Amino acid sequence: MENETSRVVIRADKVSLWYGAKRALCDISMDMQEKCVTAFIGPSGCGKSTFLRLFNRMNDLIDNVRISGNIVIDGVDVYQTSIDVVDLRRKVGMIFQKSNPFPKSVFENVAYGPRIQGIRNRGDLDAIVEQCLRQSALWDEVKDGLHGSALGLSGGQQQRLCIARALAVKPEILLMDEPASALDPLSTAKIEELIYTLKNDYTIVIVTHNMQQASRVSDYTAFFYMGELIEYDKTPMMFTSPKLKRTEDYITGRFG
Amino acid sequence: MTLGKKAFGVGIVALTGLCAFGVIGVVVYVMTTIIIGGHHMMSWTFLTAAPAEGMTAGGIFPAIAGTFFLVVIMSAVGVPVGTITAIYLAEYVRQDSWIAKSIRFAVNTLAGIPSIVFGLFGLGFFIQFVGRNMDKLMTPQGELVWGQPCILWASLTMALLTLPVVIVSVEEAVKAVPRDLREASLALGATKWQTILRIVLPNSITGILTGGILAVSRGAGEVAPILFTGAAYFLPHLPTKLSDQFMELGYHVYIMSTQSTNVEQTAGIQYATTLVLLLLTFLLNFTAIYLRFWMRKRSLQ
Repeated sequence: MENETSRVVIRADKVSLWYGAKRALCDISMDMQEKCVTAFIGPSGCGKSTFLRLFNRMNDLIDNVRISGNIVIDGVDVYQTSIDVVDLRRKVGMIFQKSNPFPKSVFENVAYGPRIQGIRNRGDLDAIVEQCLRQSALWDEVKDGLHGSALGLSGGQQQRLCIARALAVKPEILLMDEPASALDPLSTAKIEELIYTLKNDYTIVIVTHNMQQASRVSDYTAFFYMGELIEYDKTPMMFTSPKLKRTEDYITGRFG
Repeated sequence: MTLGKKAFGVGIVALTGLCAFGVIGVVVYVMTTIIIGGHHMMSWTFLTAAPAEGMTAGGIFPAIAGTFFLVVIMSAVGVPVGTITAIYLAEYVRQDSWIAKSIRFAVNTLAGIPSIVFGLFGLGFFIQFVGRNMDKLMTPQGELVWGQPCILWASLTMALLTLPVVIVSVEEAVKAVPRDLREASLALGATKWQTILRIVLPNSITGILTGGILAVSRGAGEVAPILFTGAAYFLPHLPTKLSDQFMELGYHVYIMSTQSTNVEQTAGIQYATTLVLLLLTFLLNFTAIYLRFWMRKRSLQ
């Protein structure tokens, strides 16, 4: 499962973030490994989603945010001024908590990313759409209704469609912000299986509220509390012998 | 409760009720008068023939067609300009900045200017300034082509008048596009402009249509802006180019009731013309209401 020689893809160095005068993240430093799943856990409002959204600069959309420290992805500081945010977001895909397919057909949802990159050839688009839907284990369920509305799919299918849509841009990293929190157990299991296969090709960072989910899908787990990184280790270690009492209390459900 | 208080309560109910029913009464009275006065004139010929015998007989087709051309050119200019302004306002400028505030102030002021002022502005700016100078540049002999009232200047004046309606309605629609969808698009590496073009605009298309229709129904009912900028008393033919004058329904009613040789004789024509104008405006308003309803229903699904 763990690969000792693996490479650091995302490095956070003393990252702090303020919403106006309120400090939401406090001096966070951590490394995330290539082709591993890193889970962020912690109670609501602990800053884990905020931290995740720094990696593809989605926090840029919010006014009055101030950031200090560095986020380095593949050796490049993503907050330096010369960075093209559009390129960054192509490299770092994101799956949101609430599935958000466009009110378009299944096909057009997946083809959206390739189209905005200028791919117009129908054959190429067909191939990309099929490949990504297969990768997200949705192909067999939608292959006969590719041109039907994406909004007609079930919640779980919509979320897998969003994953396919993100894959179509050919990212290296996938950020998942509680991707299964709005889904039933069966759909959740499918998403988890999917994460397990996707980590062969992608570096995945997942925010989750669900302890079992973190222990099932992740290689590394980071526990956040009140904007601070409390403990970060290999997942089996975190769940069997956490070093800190606070981590143990949260994992065993004594608070949070 | 004393008797006095009870009586006071009853009095208030009666007063508010009276005012409310008064509004209904006015509408019913206006509509009945117009229908009674005009229904006998309504016929296929009335809608499709030109006025005849010094406008005391015949139909109002040139006025219907002129109104139609007017609103089409007006929308072709006003809807794109209004939409672009609304997008800038909703998407690009910070909501609390002085630019946003001054645009909003300008839009609200524009909406409050009396329509006759627009008419005078059109005459002064479009005809005497823009038109005259175009003529000086294009026809050295000093012919009058653009420096006189015509359907183009009337439509542009009307577009200015209806601009606030379009801006407000498109801005509402643009702001109603869920944040989720914008984030999804941006997270896929779309630029802001690609997101606006491919996600925001398609999802606010009904709002843009509503804005256009509200503008049309507002514009179709105005006479003052076209009084000096292009409407003609009587024309035997339809406008064939942008520098032609045109007849218009509202203006037709106005001249028939104030400038006609025999106002009594043409009363039927006036009522019927008003009826056509009202029906046209109602039709457009109902379309706008229906579109909004449809849009809301669709966004809930």
